[in-house]
Amino acid sequence: MTTLTYESRTETRRSNLRTLLAKVGPLIGLVFVVALFSSLRPQRFPTFGNVEVMLLQTTVVATGALGMTLIIIAGGIDLSIGSAIALVTVAIARFLSGFEIFGWVVPPASPGLAALGGVVVGVLCGMLNGLLITRLKLAPFIVTLGTWGALRGAAKGLANEMMVVAPSTWLNSLLKTLSPGDRWMLLPPGVWIMLAMALCVGAMLRYTRFGRHIFAIGSNEQTARLCGVPVERSKLLIYMLAGAFAGLAGVLQFSYLTVGDCTTATGMELDIIAAVVIGGASLNGGQGSIFGSLVGALIMTAVGNGCTKMDYRNWVQEIVTGGIIIFAVALDRLRQRRT
Amino acid sequence: MPVAPVAVTTSERLRMVGVHKRFGATIALGGVDLSVASGEILALVGENGAGKSTLMKVLSGAHLPDDGVMCIDGQPYRPRNPLDARRAGVAMIYQELSLAKHLSVMENILLGMEPTHGPFMAWNLVRKRSAEAMAQLGRPDIPLDAPVYRLSVAEQQLVEIARAIAIGCRVLVLDEPTSSLTKRDIVCLFDLVTRLKQQGHAIVYISHFLEEVKEISDRFTVLRDGRSVGGGVTADASTDQIIAMMVGRTVDELYPRSPRTAGEVVLEVNNLAGAGKPESASLTLRRGEILGIAGLVGAGRTELLRSLFGLAAVRSGKIKFGAYVGASSPAGRWSQGMGMVSEDRKAEGLALSLSLSDNITLSKLPPFLSPSRQDDLSMRWIDRLKIRCRSPRQSAGDLSGGNQQKLAVARLLLHDVDVLLLDEPTRGIDVGSKAQIYQVMDELACAGKAVLMVSSYLPELMGVCDRIAVMCRGVLGDAKPVKELTEHQIMLEATGSGEAA
Repeated sequence: MTTLTYESRTETRRSNLRTLLAKVGPLIGLVFVVALFSSLRPQRFPTFGNVEVMLLQTTVVATGALGMTLIIIAGGIDLSIGSAIALVTVAIARFLSGFEIFGWVVPPASPGLAALGGVVVGVLCGMLNGLLITRLKLAPFIVTLGTWGALRGAAKGLANEMMVVAPSTWLNSLLKTLSPGDRWMLLPPGVWIMLAMALCVGAMLRYTRFGRHIFAIGSNEQTARLCGVPVERSKLLIYMLAGAFAGLAGVLQFSYLTVGDCTTATGMELDIIAAVVIGGASLNGGQGSIFGSLVGALIMTAVGNGCTKMDYRNWVQEIVTGGIIIFAVALDRLRQRRT
Repeated sequence: MPVAPVAVTTSERLRMVGVHKRFGATIALGGVDLSVASGEILALVGENGAGKSTLMKVLSGAHLPDDGVMCIDGQPYRPRNPLDARRAGVAMIYQELSLAKHLSVMENILLGMEPTHGPFMAWNLVRKRSAEAMAQLGRPDIPLDAPVYRLSVAEQQLVEIARAIAIGCRVLVLDEPTSSLTKRDIVCLFDLVTRLKQQGHAIVYISHFLEEVKEISDRFTVLRDGRSVGGGVTADASTDQIIAMMVGRTVDELYPRSPRTAGEVVLEVNNLAGAGKPESASLTLRRGEILGIAGLVGAGRTELLRSLFGLAAVRSGKIKFGAYVGASSPAGRWSQGMGMVSEDRKAEGLALSLSLSDNITLSKLPPFLSPSRQDDLSMRWIDRLKIRCRSPRQSAGDLSGGNQQKLAVARLLLHDVDVLLLDEPTRGIDVGSKAQIYQVMDELACAGKAVLMVSSYLPELMGVCDRIAVMCRGVLGDAKPVKELTEHQIMLEATGSGEAA
């Protein structure tokens, strides 16, 4: 018994090493990309200012990726998140400037309240997805393909198909390069918010029952049911939580744009899904990590930014990014086949 | 081109000598010899894990052997992939059928070798050749235009055999062909296989069911631990002799049975009816006993367990579990102290991509948890059940079937449930794991737990249970002590002809 336990401990360590390797795979990719561009453009790429810009560019996608990671681990998908983000930016702009709906006048809200309202709108979008998926037993792909269009439409309706201008508030400074006086913060507040949320979600996935249930549902829904996991309720909660992060991503996007734009974040759902997948999640569910998704999002930004610094044209960038998505997933496949 | 059946000769068709296959440190095949002649049916028997499926993968070109020689009709045969094997005339019919369900019968028969005129399908030839194949099987009645999903499982199997005939197969391998067939379909299949044999095909028949082996095969070869350990003419060997060769030990050692006494009633079921099956089931289960449920596949045994556990609807009837009355949900049952092992460990029993520790602790996770503590908890039961693994973080899919099944049982042990519902707990696993599961069941019963076990393998029920009830067409009969039952009686009752006996 003692020898067996000893042996299994060493083995545990060895397999921990292996899972660690699996986890840092995307990180190695990121280091490679950064090193590559740093050596090609040592003057322009690895500067403090450029790193800050890259983090700013990544924040919205990364925030959305937090929720998407949960959904994908649970074996689902959300195509509507880009539309939800657009809807949220419009909603926030409306909240800030006040509006009239069905003859009912809503006074201008404080920035904090408007942001909260934006997050609530995100939660409602997620709830809509979750209810359709769990109640009507429809495939997440189909449901969110539907809401992808519907939410975009709602955003356009709410915005009267125009930019919605909002009064300037502190919300607009969440995602701005720091002024010299705010240097003590090191990074813009929006980046800190995203990182704090990432820490919370990562811990939730690892250290709570709900987190383990998400993995179980994605890995094998029937097993989860057999083991007494409340599958439908958990799924609804997952989509609502993801909706909250879509809302937060919307707040950050609004802060970046400073206006409500019903056409913003078009195609962002694909960037977000790509970040999650590059980060090692499986679209079959049961696999994925917050850390991986963040790294995935950073890889995408670094490639885009690096290509710009290399003065490559936009189309080159797009081809390279597409190639990286396929390369990352193929590499993951190979690695899994070997183990 | 469909090859006309060769005249009946007894020349050797396939020979395998000294076939070896290693996966890393595991020796899957450690020297297998077998031969089958044309016009002969060779039964390949062995416990699961004995190497049958690896051997068949070698034969069908899915795995390359490390060592050994294979010949077909005296010519060396070294398939590098399944297509090679197919070209050489080796056709496999697996348990899971590989048909394109939406295509028609005739398209399926000629799939991948469709006759054409230039780029166009030669439909008249498709029809003619598939009709020929079907005629050879003696089943011209199956409509060639019907989409395959409309056919019964038995007919689908037939389509697959017809495909083998159409490619001009020289060696036909049937892997557990009866596992999903009804009694009547099995009779038809046996007629068909005999017919193919008379047409001069060499047939390898893989089966767990020794009765079938006795009935259909001319010769048999036994695999154990990756080696061929014996064989001979089927008619000359008794079932017990074959079992002894398969298991490598006598049957008595397999089923431990400590003296135990039944205690208070924990589960009482009265006239339970589900959405379809069961139609009527009543039983009482006491602490310290193992109650077996026998019956044919499809009799409603699994559905009974599922409705007890809240995985299937209850239409009417009473369930009293300890202090709890009525139906419940799986979550409710777990917390009341009932656990279930699913009959299908791959699709339902385990989350194969998750770790051992995740799988074992899934039903009993605290709201906030520490992964290392979960691992330690799991390790206790992994050690106790002697689950062979590298670490509790390893994914469940890496384990062998037997170890996976022990993992599914470990979940119930960790949860420390009072009543264990076990649905085919030893199906398709190696004999060592079986013995360990029986051992655990015995220990649990002695410790005052109650076990309700469904199994299709009668010797196991007879060996393990205290009482056995038989289910026939959704109706559960009275449980009788094992000592008062014979396998024959149970079969009579299970097939609905028990009233006379």
